[in-house]
Amino acid sequence: MSKFKANYFERNDSWPKIISTYLILSFFSLLTVFPILNLLTVAFKPGAGTFVADFAGFFQNFGIANFRDAFAMNLGTWIKNSLIISTMTAIIGVTVSITAAYAFSRFQFWGKRVGIMSFLLTQMFPAPMLLLPMNLILMKLNLMNSFYGLLIPYIATVVPFSVWMLKGYFDTIPKSLEESAYIDGCNLVQALFKIVLPLSLPALAITTLYSFMQAWSEYVIASVILRDPNMITLPVGLVSFVSSFGGMWGVYAASAVITSFPVMLLFMFLSKYLVGDLTSGGSKE
Amino acid sequence: MKKMSLINEICLLASIFIVLNVLFTTTETSIFNAGATGSIIATILSAILSFSLFITMRKKQMGKSNTHNWAAPYYFMLPAVLVLVLVVAFPLIYGFYLSMTNMSLSSFRNPQLIWFNNYVAVFSDPKLISTVLRTLIWTGINVFCHVAIGLLLAIQLNRRLPGKAFFRLLLIIPWAIPQYVAIATWKGMFNESFGVINTLLQHIGVNPIAWLGNPNDTFIASILTNIWLGFPFMMMIALGGLQSISRDIYEAADIDGISAWKKFTHITLPLLKPVMIPAIVLGSVWTFNMVNVILIFAGSQGGDGSQILVTQVYRLAFSFYRYGFAAAYSVIIFILLLVFSLVVVRKSGVLKEGEL
Repeated sequence: MSKFKANYFERNDSWPKIISTYLILSFFSLLTVFPILNLLTVAFKPGAGTFVADFAGFFQNFGIANFRDAFAMNLGTWIKNSLIISTMTAIIGVTVSITAAYAFSRFQFWGKRVGIMSFLLTQMFPAPMLLLPMNLILMKLNLMNSFYGLLIPYIATVVPFSVWMLKGYFDTIPKSLEESAYIDGCNLVQALFKIVLPLSLPALAITTLYSFMQAWSEYVIASVILRDPNMITLPVGLVSFVSSFGGMWGVYAASAVITSFPVMLLFMFLSKYLVGDLTSGGSKE
Repeated sequence: MKKMSLINEICLLASIFIVLNVLFTTTETSIFNAGATGSIIATILSAILSFSLFITMRKKQMGKSNTHNWAAPYYFMLPAVLVLVLVVAFPLIYGFYLSMTNMSLSSFRNPQLIWFNNYVAVFSDPKLISTVLRTLIWTGINVFCHVAIGLLLAIQLNRRLPGKAFFRLLLIIPWAIPQYVAIATWKGMFNESFGVINTLLQHIGVNPIAWLGNPNDTFIASILTNIWLGFPFMMMIALGGLQSISRDIYEAADIDGISAWKKFTHITLPLLKPVMIPAIVLGSVWTFNMVNVILIFAGSQGGDGSQILVTQVYRLAFSFYRYGFAAAYSVIIFILLLVFSLVVVRKSGVLKEGEL
């Protein structure tokens, strides 16, 4: 028995300690999984007007009517809107971040410290502080209810994180690679695009996906700037299902399952890389 | 050090000029709107500023040896700087201006400059103290629980344990799921008559609570939901930090017969500090600025009793259209946050010179 224990657990773990570890982990896992399970049961319960936790009735009342209703009610348009905005945010945001991250990673220059600090500072603004002036300007420019109006703040919210991520990754690429490219006649821009970027594909992919997911899940800014029912994005649309009187919880749950489960699974898969870079950036000596 | 060509230098000067001119001209037209005189002044101002910036850059950069072309880093920074100027610098300036006007929906076209009257109004607002207190409670409880739960779980996960990867995957769900979906789902679960929370409470003999009817209970429900949302981030950060602590230290402590609690307070915590402090600062700022939870729970028209500072500003601006007043509120919030972060960053010694 003790041999079994030594094979699978820490050497000096006692059984009570192992059991308590499992108990703690199971308790919190149950807490995190429960809302998801509840969401699933409501989604597959036709005509659900409330958010009940009816696990026993899951198989008796099983049906996909909620999903059909969701698509009958504009869900398709919202998915399209969100896809357009999120894709553009990810592409433009990462493109803008690449060069800035490269500058932070490779050069010593006057203003670098202030630059990094001000990128971090942007994380500190309360959303309404920038949103309110932005909103008034957009009203004056007649850009309310337009994707452009949403795109600019979205790009700005993803740029600081992307720069930070990419800088961390560029730092790990040896400088000697570029130096030999210079000897072969490359200039700075060519070295970035031909040497550094091909080596950074994994980091680029993660940053792009992360930016996409940020825009895909953003609620507050979208709820202020988009009011026209045909222009709103998924988050605004889904919340409107449950904030209106009566609340269409079944339709909400079905739409939430379709639109957020893929993103959720993707994120769970990526989480290791995201945090890896965060901690390595923070603990560097 | 290669010398830069004249054309190259002119290009850089021109780009700095364009960025500054965009900033000044938009600021001028949206605030003073002085027509041709205004744009001439804005142009002259940006010309002077960009030239002096250029000269300083040139002087400071010439001495540095690791660059081929001293302007290269500035060119690389240009796109990101342009975006941040448009979206952060300009709204910031405009926000400060707004906070000194009486702009609202009725005076949208012709706002009057009323200087510091909005600030006086904020400080004499009878709801201010209770909102500030609620914000402190909100931030304190949330961040404490995030760190405590995150650390507890990270310690459980940082060992050889069959099924570890599976638990980690499940525990990260609150971070992975889009926030608004999680919040709306919890809103359903907090429903007074159908929600699962009250059903469970009834099983243990507690009367159903009108979570979403009474502002105080809405606030408690929001805190519970936000704790659920936030602990996986701290867990992952702490786990990353724990994995970088060498096992040898613990083995040495074992040989010396140190108790588990002493190992935790004397080895684990001090070594986790450099990783956790930045995460805690960031987490506090995020929590302080968290609009989503309370906004979705209470709705934009809901009572005052469940609001924190940020959601209060959101309501003032976008439900009551008191733009000037809301801007003054948000300037005050920002100054509070800035002071807090600077103090913490100074005291804890993160972001030292050498690190950048």
